[in-house]
Amino acid sequence: MQTPLSDIWTWLSDVPDPEIPAISLVDLGVIRNVAWDNDTLEVTITPTYAGCPATSIINLDVETALRAKGIDNIRLKRQLAPPWTTDWLSKDAHQKLEAYGIAPPRPAGGPQHCPQCHSAMVEKISQFGSTPCKAQWRCKDCLEPFDYFKCI
Amino acid sequence: MDPTVEYLLRLGDNALILGQRVSEWCGHAPALEEDIALANIALDLIGQTQLWLGLAGEIEGQGRNADDLAFLRDVYDFRNSLLVEQPNQDFAVTMMRQFLFDAFSALQLDALTHSKNVEIAAIAAKCHKEALYHLDRSSETVIGLGDGTDISHAKMQNALDRLWVYAGELVSADDLDRTMAKAGVGVDLDALHTPYFETVRATLATATLRVPDTDFAHKGGKSGQRHSEHLGHILTSMQWLQRAYPGAKW
Repeated sequence: MQTPLSDIWTWLSDVPDPEIPAISLVDLGVIRNVAWDNDTLEVTITPTYAGCPATSIINLDVETALRAKGIDNIRLKRQLAPPWTTDWLSKDAHQKLEAYGIAPPRPAGGPQHCPQCHSAMVEKISQFGSTPCKAQWRCKDCLEPFDYFKCI
Repeated sequence: MDPTVEYLLRLGDNALILGQRVSEWCGHAPALEEDIALANIALDLIGQTQLWLGLAGEIEGQGRNADDLAFLRDVYDFRNSLLVEQPNQDFAVTMMRQFLFDAFSALQLDALTHSKNVEIAAIAAKCHKEALYHLDRSSETVIGLGDGTDISHAKMQNALDRLWVYAGELVSADDLDRTMAKAGVGVDLDALHTPYFETVRATLATATLRVPDTDFAHKGGKSGQRHSEHLGHILTSMQWLQRAYPGAKW
């Protein structure tokens, strides 16, 4: 029996990103498609960064979550094109990131304000941070360093 | 060897050897932020390597995957340019090498997004975004340190003098490059030559650095004919585990 795809999407939106558990894999925009091929569920996943070590964990987490719901035949498909972009982060993701203390990406480049105290007086420390998708910034008012989800 | 496979080895080996080189800084960089940045750049490059060498292995069709190609080939089978195997020396040399490579890589990957091979085009589009980000940082660093204190300027000038003769190989087309460009699969390097040196010279001028007065370019890396003595040492450290314990897994 084929579970409705809307249920699959709901289940996957409960699977947290392994490195930023405040948002789900669906929020992150890496699940590009789910489709039934007879009795096999094909899940299309795109990597965020080519070398992101979370990619294999993401695959494992998707498979584990679907198996727990009783789906046995799963095929994971890697899709490179079009390449992942932070434009694919959901609206919810932006709010969840900010609440978690990570400034969400902005096309203008650089965070709008400090996720802690909301001061706009922020400065870049480094273009890179604790994971491939983040950069390090600092608030000049509350003096807290914070992660910025870099725009790509 | 299938020309497409050899071409992919050039792309993959550049990313692999530079990624390995840059990762040597892990835990040793002059500041924590730089340490994290260098480790992240190395990680991006190793990720790109997996894509390029993975495709090379698939097209080759002899059952070799990206790991086999990375860990079980010897010096003469590597097709990386000489620039990326040059030792880290100090932070100035490391960042100058990165800048000279990033400026090339960004142009090369952008052009490869139009490759007739759809898989090459897809990998290039993915990697191009990362390359642009790397170029932003390495350009800023070269400018900041070049146009910095007397000491940082002197170190960046030394780095440029040392590495300049390795930039030319990146954009010098040989028979394989021309064959692949003609087939619409690879990049026309003759067309990249001018934009590459224009970009590089503009940044170096902003960095107040003096470009060495020579067009001489060391060659032999990407053809595999004449690697420098450094590559063997890189492979000794990079391949040690798979050579000593064949098939070992995490």
